[in-house]
Amino acid sequence: MAKLYSECSPKNDNLTPKEETVDFLLNYSKALSVIHYKNLKFEALQN
Amino acid sequence: MRHELITDAVLVKNYMDGDESALSVLIHRHKQKIYSFIYSKVFDRDITEDIFQDAFIKVIKNLKLGKYNEEGKFLPWVMRISHNLVIDHFRRNNRMPKFDNSGDFNIFSVLGDSSLNAEKRLIKDQVDSDLRRVIEELPEDQKEVLMMRMYKDMSFKEISERTGVSINTALGRMRYALINLRKVIEKNNIILTN
Repeated sequence: MAKLYSECSPKNDNLTPKEETVDFLLNYSKALSVIHYKNLKFEALQN
Repeated sequence: MRHELITDAVLVKNYMDGDESALSVLIHRHKQKIYSFIYSKVFDRDITEDIFQDAFIKVIKNLKLGKYNEEGKFLPWVMRISHNLVIDHFRRNNRMPKFDNSGDFNIFSVLGDSSLNAEKRLIKDQVDSDLRRVIEELPEDQKEVLMMRMYKDMSFKEISERTGVSINTALGRMRYALINLRKVIEKNNIILTN
């Protein structure tokens, strides 16, 4: 049987984002508030 | 386990109503699919991390601004945002190509730094000065032709006009100059290569 010399696809056992990234997103979400004023919407980041 | 029972649609609605924990469930539920999708396109952990983060920043903004219409398609929506960000990434990189040099192909095998390093410069200076000294040993007429040809880049026609001899004589002097140079170099075991 012919040998296959094509490159093996890299094994990626743990394809998930870092905990820090997820934490950042959750904190970002908590900090972001949208202020409604009449027909306008304002984004505000509060630490 | 309880979270698995709550559909994306309900979680999205809860989040839009102010329940921050719903976002956490959504991210943890879909992070692997989205992250893998991005990684399958860019093959770089750091870039994947950046795009993943940017995608969810867009998701959060759109949800908080109430721009998202829930139609039970939360994951395809996030995938589409990720896909667009991947395209943006490649567009940016096309304008400013980068070579990470991590694969089998080494870009520096075709792109060289033509300037000499310190060691090679020293060797070249040494070779140049050795050669000058050897040339000084040549008879005056041969030295004159060789200097004009090699260092002043003159044609044999110009040399013949300048020295007042025929072109053939100039050619002959050049020939003897080279023969004599080789003789001196061989006799003295001078190495003139870098």
